[in-house]
Amino acid sequence: MQHGKYRFIVGFLALPLLIYGVFVISPFVQAFQISMTDWSGLVGTAEFVGLDNFGKLWESDDFWNALRHNVYMLAFVPLVTLALGLFFAFMLNVGGRRRKNEVVTGVAGSKFYKFVFFFPQVISITIIAVIWFNIYNPDPDDGMLNSLLGAVGLDFLQNAWLGEKSLALWCISAVMVWGHVGFYVVLFSAAMASVPRDIYEAALLDGAGRFHTFFRITLPLLWDTVQTGWVYMGIIALDAFALVQIMSVNMGGPDGATDVMPLRLYLTAFRDSQFGYAAAMGVAMLIVTMTFAVLTMRFARRERIEY
Amino acid sequence: MTTEEIEKVTERGPAASAGVTRRLGPATGRPSEASVLNVFSHGILVVWALMVGVPLLWVLWSAFKDSNGILTDPWGLPTVLHWENWSNAWNDANMGQYFVNTAIVVGGSVVGTMVLGSMAAYVLARFTFPGNRFIYYLFVAGMSFPVFMLVIPLFFVLRDFPGSSLLATYHGLILVYIAYSLPFTVFFMTAFFRTLPTSVAEAAMIDGASHTRTFFQVMVPMAKPGLISIGIFNFLGQWNQYLLPMVLNQQEDKYVLTQGLAMIALQQGYENDWGALMAGMMIAMLPVLIVYSIFQRQVQSGLTAGALK
Repeated sequence: MQHGKYRFIVGFLALPLLIYGVFVISPFVQAFQISMTDWSGLVGTAEFVGLDNFGKLWESDDFWNALRHNVYMLAFVPLVTLALGLFFAFMLNVGGRRRKNEVVTGVAGSKFYKFVFFFPQVISITIIAVIWFNIYNPDPDDGMLNSLLGAVGLDFLQNAWLGEKSLALWCISAVMVWGHVGFYVVLFSAAMASVPRDIYEAALLDGAGRFHTFFRITLPLLWDTVQTGWVYMGIIALDAFALVQIMSVNMGGPDGATDVMPLRLYLTAFRDSQFGYAAAMGVAMLIVTMTFAVLTMRFARRERIEY
Repeated sequence: MTTEEIEKVTERGPAASAGVTRRLGPATGRPSEASVLNVFSHGILVVWALMVGVPLLWVLWSAFKDSNGILTDPWGLPTVLHWENWSNAWNDANMGQYFVNTAIVVGGSVVGTMVLGSMAAYVLARFTFPGNRFIYYLFVAGMSFPVFMLVIPLFFVLRDFPGSSLLATYHGLILVYIAYSLPFTVFFMTAFFRTLPTSVAEAAMIDGASHTRTFFQVMVPMAKPGLISIGIFNFLGQWNQYLLPMVLNQQEDKYVLTQGLAMIALQQGYENDWGALMAGMMIAMLPVLIVYSIFQRQVQSGLTAGALK
């Protein structure tokens, strides 16, 4: 039975490996090569320039501006998204009223809530961007958010939203939170469901309220999942391309207030044809992403609790 | 959906009666604190559900309004049903063409991803050979590459492809989608094949089935739950893909739905046909909506599987 084994292994692996090698691995390697050239896209015109592109990047105010916005999002979006996700998941799974014979219960209709909350996760980011572009319509009478605020007497909160320099980035961050909370509700719900009920029962018998149950039991037991979720959400916050491209005023505006690294890269490459320089931005993005992931894993590490 | 409704009803039953007994019972202070919390927690859940649900429903009802109505009275329900939005979207805004393009590309790439991904995963999960671990980690590493870093070289890989350029072709996009779906598919399916018992495959081999036949006739049917989860995951991811087609598929007659919608949205202005845009968004969402409604559990478990160990 062994004789056909290697032929079978090669036969099954060859095509997947070939496709993966050509379209993923080779571009990955080439990205580093291109980043050290002044390539403008024409065949045979790339000149080796060493680390010049990275030096240029280091001096570029535009790039630091874009990077700063990504870092703001990195600080804000995962924190809010995961906090809301944990809160809702706790409400759905443990926060229900106490019934006979059952110590910990979810609220009624938790399946329905999960269905709705998760919805933005399955629709395209372009659709989400168009929806929120309309919600943020700056017109005080015609804008969805503005007219709603006006209708409930909160006129003073009406704003130009995406047109307001100090607000635009936070408006886009809010959409990211909106779109991803449901994912974490479902993720944390699954993790909470695997926590044995008797732990909750014991806590309850000892007189722990919901507040204590959450911070002393649920959160420590879910820490691993929270940590992974943090890395996932951070990587999403380092992107933000589609939302900025479709929603923001003049792509990255007003006045550069919503510019982000991927948008810089895209415009540098496919509008200005400075492919070498753009590839250097890509490498810089890889470094930022990796640094973030490693730091999170390092600083968030705690002793793992087996249950 | 019906079983869910039944569950919901039975769920509500005891909870409601518990509420009644509590109200009739002696006031101890604790239940009232609990019910205040309950009202509070339920209230927040309802608010969030509205924040998510209303914008999505807004697309639906706006798809039946005219442009003027959408712009000047966004909250108003349609007074007359403007069905022509849908045909305008399908024909004039080319959503029909984009829908067909998307269906061809995603159809091809989902099938390709599943076949190639599970083949590779099966070999990596069940056979020991030199280089097994290396190939496995090579695939898994792909999950952490930022796609943005890869799009520039990828553009030239496709442009300068031996033979003819793969830019703005169905097969080019299909190959790229497969390549970028392989890391997670291989990762997930390798773990899944490991959980399946070895005895059935061994029995098939003893009965004289070849490795290939054992895989397709014994292992694939056994792996069906895993294949469905990851298949849905890939379908959703590829149907909604925006960055890759935007860079690699810049020819209007080859656009996929996400590109078409973004193009219409980016040409904003009052002369724009907003009704058709809303109907177009509904058309783009419809397949996803159907899949999500039917396979809610698999969708949720499939999409979150990567984050749970």
